[in-house]
Amino acid sequence: MHSFLEFEKPVADLQGKVHELRSVAGSGEAVEVSGEIERLEKKAEQTLRDLYSRLTPWQKTLVARHPDRPHAADYITGLIEDFTPLAGDRSYAEDAAIIAGIGRFRGRSVAILGQEKGADTQSRLKHNFGMARPEGYRKAVRIMQMAERFSLPVVSFVDTAGAYPGIGAEERGQAEAIARSTDACLALGTANIAVIIGEGGSGGAIAIATANHVAMLEHAIYSVISPEAGASILWRDSARAQDAATNMKITAQDLIQLKVIDEIVEEPLGGAHRAKAIVIDRAGGAIDKALARFDGMSGAEIRAHRRDKFLAIGRSL
Amino acid sequence: MNWINNVVRPKIRGLLQKRDVPENLWIKCPETGEMVFHRDLEANQWVVPNSGHHMRISGSRRLELFFDDGSFEKVKTPEVVADPLKFRDEKRYTDRLRDARAKTGLDDAVTVATGKLRGMDMTAAVQDFAFMGGSLGMAAGEAVLTGMQTAVARKTPFVLFVASGGARMQEGILSLMQMPRTTVGVQMLRDAGLPYIVVFTNPTTGGVTASYAMLGDVHMAEPGALIGFAGPRVIEQTIREKLPEGFQRSEYLLDHGMVDMVVHRHKLPETIARVCSILMKAEVSLPDEEELMTPPREEGEAKVSPELAQGGEASSAAESGTREADGESR
Repeated sequence: MHSFLEFEKPVADLQGKVHELRSVAGSGEAVEVSGEIERLEKKAEQTLRDLYSRLTPWQKTLVARHPDRPHAADYITGLIEDFTPLAGDRSYAEDAAIIAGIGRFRGRSVAILGQEKGADTQSRLKHNFGMARPEGYRKAVRIMQMAERFSLPVVSFVDTAGAYPGIGAEERGQAEAIARSTDACLALGTANIAVIIGEGGSGGAIAIATANHVAMLEHAIYSVISPEAGASILWRDSARAQDAATNMKITAQDLIQLKVIDEIVEEPLGGAHRAKAIVIDRAGGAIDKALARFDGMSGAEIRAHRRDKFLAIGRSL
Repeated sequence: MNWINNVVRPKIRGLLQKRDVPENLWIKCPETGEMVFHRDLEANQWVVPNSGHHMRISGSRRLELFFDDGSFEKVKTPEVVADPLKFRDEKRYTDRLRDARAKTGLDDAVTVATGKLRGMDMTAAVQDFAFMGGSLGMAAGEAVLTGMQTAVARKTPFVLFVASGGARMQEGILSLMQMPRTTVGVQMLRDAGLPYIVVFTNPTTGGVTASYAMLGDVHMAEPGALIGFAGPRVIEQTIREKLPEGFQRSEYLLDHGMVDMVVHRHKLPETIARVCSILMKAEVSLPDEEELMTPPREEGEAKVSPELAQGGEASSAAESGTREADGESR
């Protein structure tokens, strides 16, 4: 079963009762419980629907970080045929925080970038919890430039708390690597589509999210700084993270109003982690539709579209 | 009587004090602890004469020192929506903006100007750390873009003196969006074949470093400036280790290949002029090499500007600066 978030407790309780009743029914005692089970299940679903229809920004933060939420690797497995991962920045190292490669998406050859947080302790360590070092961004640049040479569109799955803050990362030019990656996104002569699937954390996210079309999952967050770090700066108290989450406007619903994102991809009832296949398919639909819009456009037109789109942000609020 | 005592006299006293205080002001060198008379500092472009420590300098003074004869014209930058998120932390963002404006006399962190450098047409912008830690919000982003576009229109090089704690958090995602937006400006300069020179000053961190500041054709850094992506405190908290001596300072970045040169403040105009003249294939009136190597002459810089708001604030600004620099951008 799913691990429940704290605010989901009413749902967990109801589902717990359903579970109990089922075992009573299963034990063969002559009690008529099926009506009661059905009633409780309906109530649990309604409670879940109510909860998820009015998640606070902080609750969305928790959902976006849910350990069972589908990660980049799940989208790649679900959507990309013949996926062929490509490794290394050709100057220092391979950084598994960003998965990169080529494959086929619904009949098209594409290049893929995805920030991967990992699903268990071992893979989390391998992917450094989705926090890339400079090599990850330099690999992204390499893949984008290759995509252009072969006229492949680029699809990125964005899910990171932020770029990794460490001595080695600074030493090897984390800031420069991020800047170059954003630069490469903007210079790209083929279409790029970004899907913010979980956390879009600051510069570490924008480096691969500067795209012709930016889609965001219904309960994902996208933010200049994590709510905790924002709170510790603005209120000098990281415990005020809920306030920071609320005031910084980090939800998909806020960001579409601010015209920072282009589309919201609806999540299944109770969040992406409750029905991975459904949300992955919906994301695929959004990518497919977005890519089709750029068919037949020249490299110059695609670049101009992207530049104009970003220049327009904030000018008509 | 009361009116005279309570209102007029304090005002007069205030006026007198304003003039008195700076003249008696001694400023402590953050490196050596040496006390320096503020006029000596001002005359030496806010570089401590003995230690060579580069102190913070106001944007307007920076532009005066950069352009020929200290003469330049400010370029009007676009107005932006004020407080788009209706943001409030311990204070309202609109109040913070108003305070910063009152304190600095600036509209926002970035000022754009045009003028001549050694006779060459030049466009420059300066980011003022005194204005909310030089943070990058919509106004600053638009100003950087304006500077770049002005350079393109005038076919001049673009010189950007950066200093920033990073993103302006009170503008949330709209602040983050200035990273790609300013990068579009860098590409415009590149498309036009115009040199883009970045001068890193203390401190430059966060989203500013991770966008337009690290995308120059030539990167210069003033000695000892803190330059990085994550602030030192964030890194220390993440790795739970003490950071090595000199970490994220200009000289460290030079060693690690992130800047082309560390340049003394007195040598910046000449160095920038030389680089731009070579790249633009232009003739400029550069002082000869020998002159460049000797310490700068005092008389050229000895004019003391009357309003010396800078010195007294330098240390407290530095502290709050560290805090702002630390928090940004992970």
